[in-house]
This record gives sequence, structure tokens and C-alpha cells, in this order.
Amino acid sequence: MEKHDKQPLKSGDPVISIHGLYKSFGDVPVLKGIDFILAKGENVAILGKSGSGKSVLIKIIVGLLKPDAGEVLVFGKQIDLENRKVLDKMRLRIGFSFQNSALYDSMNVSQNLAFPLMMNVKNLSEKEVNSAVEEVLDAVGLSEKINEMPSDLSGGQRKRIGIARTLILKPEIMLYDEPTSGLDPITSAEIIELILEVQQKYNTSSVIITHDLTCAKKTGNRIAMLYDGKFVREGDFAEVFESKNEEIRGFYNYNFIQ
Amino acid sequence: MKTNSVKHYLFSKGIDQYFTGINDVYHFNIRFFKVLFTRPFHFREVINQSFEVGLKSLPLITLTGFIVGIVFTKQSRPSLEDFGATSWLPSLICIAIVRALGPLVTALICAGKIGSSIGAELGSMRVTEQIDAMEVSAINPFKYLVVTRVLATTITIPILALYCSFVGLYGSYINIHTEETSSIVSFYQSAFSSISFLDIFSGVAKSVVYGFTIGMVGCFKGFNATQGTRGVGKAANQAVVLAMFLIFIEEIVIVQLANWIRYF
Repeated sequence: MEKHDKQPLKSGDPVISIHGLYKSFGDVPVLKGIDFILAKGENVAILGKSGSGKSVLIKIIVGLLKPDAGEVLVFGKQIDLENRKVLDKMRLRIGFSFQNSALYDSMNVSQNLAFPLMMNVKNLSEKEVNSAVEEVLDAVGLSEKINEMPSDLSGGQRKRIGIARTLILKPEIMLYDEPTSGLDPITSAEIIELILEVQQKYNTSSVIITHDLTCAKKTGNRIAMLYDGKFVREGDFAEVFESKNEEIRGFYNYNFIQ
Repeated sequence: MKTNSVKHYLFSKGIDQYFTGINDVYHFNIRFFKVLFTRPFHFREVINQSFEVGLKSLPLITLTGFIVGIVFTKQSRPSLEDFGATSWLPSLICIAIVRALGPLVTALICAGKIGSSIGAELGSMRVTEQIDAMEVSAINPFKYLVVTRVLATTITIPILALYCSFVGLYGSYINIHTEETSSIVSFYQSAFSSISFLDIFSGVAKSVVYGFTIGMVGCFKGFNATQGTRGVGKAANQAVVLAMFLIFIEEIVIVQLANWIRYF
């Protein structure tokens, strides 16, 4: 693995700090002055209805979208889309799990997993690559799917391989975009279990974007509710859903059928 | 009054989109040359893509080149017979195929086959977030996907054009041989005696330009695809139409340039 200019971070040190973040698409404002901090070892679940800007927020963190205004610091450094080298070094420390997995459909599972490793780590032997692939496949419990094509996998399996692909670079932060969307309750429970395992085994800090309250409750130490481009409530699960706010209650009532 | 303002709005929007499009193409080209000579160099991917472009187009190029040679010979024979000049047939065919038909036919086939395939592949990767997945894995998708494909088409299409010219001449020989007995050696001697290095060079040079155009247009349309699966179809279609249009424009310019050099 290439050396990063890492500063030793202690548990509780901020790994992501966002201040006054604004983002619009055309005339439509999506984020209206977001402030957010993710501490090392913390797992934050961000809730919000579709179109509230949850995915936009994590895409800005990883440099896929450019904010209109505001400050985004990752590991204490400002995200600079113009400086590709620095951006790539930062990206190697962040894992991003896409909502639709985004597996490379021209490559099989093994090639999907080996690709980021071979592109970023120089002079690796075939044996080392294979062993890394087997390790992450084992971590997501899909060792038998090593030669399958993405089109032959189920939705849940694709999500697991997507997570495995990020784990192969040993990230310090994991960003999950709707990890349980489109999955049945049993597969969702398996993905939630996997997220918890990743948090413990790889010691990652994570941001979980979801509108699945079970997922948020189980995976997040802290819940943040995004509404109308701003965080309207933050805290642990009970604190957030004590609120009398209609939007927050509506979210709770729908998920827990009250 | 209202209709006029709508027309005015659509007209200004059209002009705005046209110039924005030109600006985007310009920046896409600049970006290509900026990253072309920077590390890492994905040589293996360039070879893979060249293999894809070359080998997959070979059967179609062979068939089309062969038919073009036969048909062009058949069509030219009666006119030459009127003047008792059928012995000039190999020279005429060779000049036409090496200077114009070989490169042009190859470019048009590749624009349809390769351009659409690149547009659809990259478009599909864009709308399914595979390109974003490369970005977040610290892999430069522009370098890995665009530069390798443009290099592959720029290298491979001139080779295919030379091959197409050779097969076309062979088709022409077969046609001549069925009408009058002649040896293949005398046919090729007669054919090549009429062309110069400049003819072959201009054919190769224009194929390099066509190859670059096909790769660049396919990648530009695919890389910037939007609107889901509809956008993928649109990218593939526009890649073919725009590449063919540009190829004809380039043909005119390069022929003018070659003639200017020839008679200078």
C-alpha cells in the first residue's frame, strides 16, 4: 500500500468536518448550510426522505460533486478537486459503497476486487493480489462467488461485493449510500450485520445514508435527520424520535407501523 | 407576440447549447492531451482495446473492402473500354482505393461499429455509476477509459485502412482475372507503378485523423451521457452521426491539403 501522509488520529478526533455547506442544482437548492462532524470510531446514520440531499452530501465528501460554498475537511485537509494527487490520496482512505453497487459489469467478481488494488498498489505479485481478494471475499461471506459475473449475482450479493471492493484498500472511513434499499428484510438484516462486522474488524468510522430506521438504529451510534437541506435533529435514536416534529414522527410511524 | 418570444427563447437556447457543446468538446480534447503523457500509462489496456477494435472489425472490413474492389472495377471497366484503355484499370483502381476509398470505407465502418460501441459502453458505465466507482477508488477514469480507447482507435484504424486497401485491390484483381487472364504479380506491379509515397502517406495520415475522431467522439458522447438508459442510446447514436459528419469534413480538408502538397 502506498504511504499516506497520515497524522495519528485518536478516537474522538474529527475525521470529517463540514461547515456551512451549500449545494444547488440549477435553481433548486439541495443543501442549505450544513454543519457536520464525524469523529474517529463514530458511526453516524443520516436519515431523510428521498431528494433531501443525503447522497449529495457524501458525494461532496468524496469529491464526486463540487459544493457551491462551505468548507469540507477530511482528515483535516480541505477537499481540493483541482489537485488530483492529493484528492486520490484522500480517496484511498475512504470507502464508498454505492446504492446500486456500481460493480464493473465487464469484469468478474475477482477482477472487480483486484482492479482498485492493482491500480493503486505498485509491484504486487499475483499471489498477493489473490490473497487480498480471498480475504475480503471471506470477510463478506461470498468466497464461492469468486468467478461469477456481476449480472449473475443477486441484489444482496452485489451489495456485499461492492463493500468488499472498498475494503480491499483498507479504508479508514466508510460511506454507505442506502445499503439496504431494494433488499428484502432478511437480506437487509445480513447487510446490517456486515456493516457492523466491518466497523469492528476494520475499525472504520462510517456514515450510513438510509431511510431504513432499523438499519439506522443498529448501525449508527448517532442519528442525524436531514430535512429541507439542513440537519433538523441529531442524537441517539431515542433522542431523535422523541421529537414532536411531524416530519420526524411521520418517518418513525411509517417504519414501525404505528 | 407570445409565439415570437417562444421562438426567440428556443433560438437563443439552441445557440447557447451549440456554443456550450463546442466549449465542452474543446475542454475534453485539452484534457486528453494534458493527461496523455502523464503517469500511469495503461499500456496493457491500450493493447486490449486495440485488439477489440482491430479483431472485431476485421471480418466486416474484409468483406466490405473485397466487395468495394469488385464493384468499383466492374463499374469502371465499361468507361475505360470506350477509350480502349482497360490496361489502365489496375492503376485507376489502385489510386482510388489507396488515396480515398480504403481509408474512407474503413473509417465509416469503424464509426458505425466502434464509435457506437464506445459511446454505449462508456454511457452505460456513466449512468450505472461505474465511472464514479473508479473515481472514488482513486483511479482516473478519463485516463483509463478515454485515453486508452482514443489511442487504440488512432493506432488501429490506419492499420485496418491499409488492410482494407489491400483486400480491395485483391477483389479488383479477382474481377479483372475473370474477364481477362492476368497474373497477380503483373496486376500489382501495374497498380503500384501509378501511386507515389505521398498517396500511401496521405491515406495513412487521414486514417490517423479518422481514428482519433472516432475514438474521441465515442468517448466524449459516452463519458458525458445523462438521462439513464435513454441517454446511453442517445450517446451511441450521436457518436456515430457526429463521427461520420466529421470524417467527411476531414476528408475534404485532407484531400485539399494533399493536392496542394502534390502540385506545389
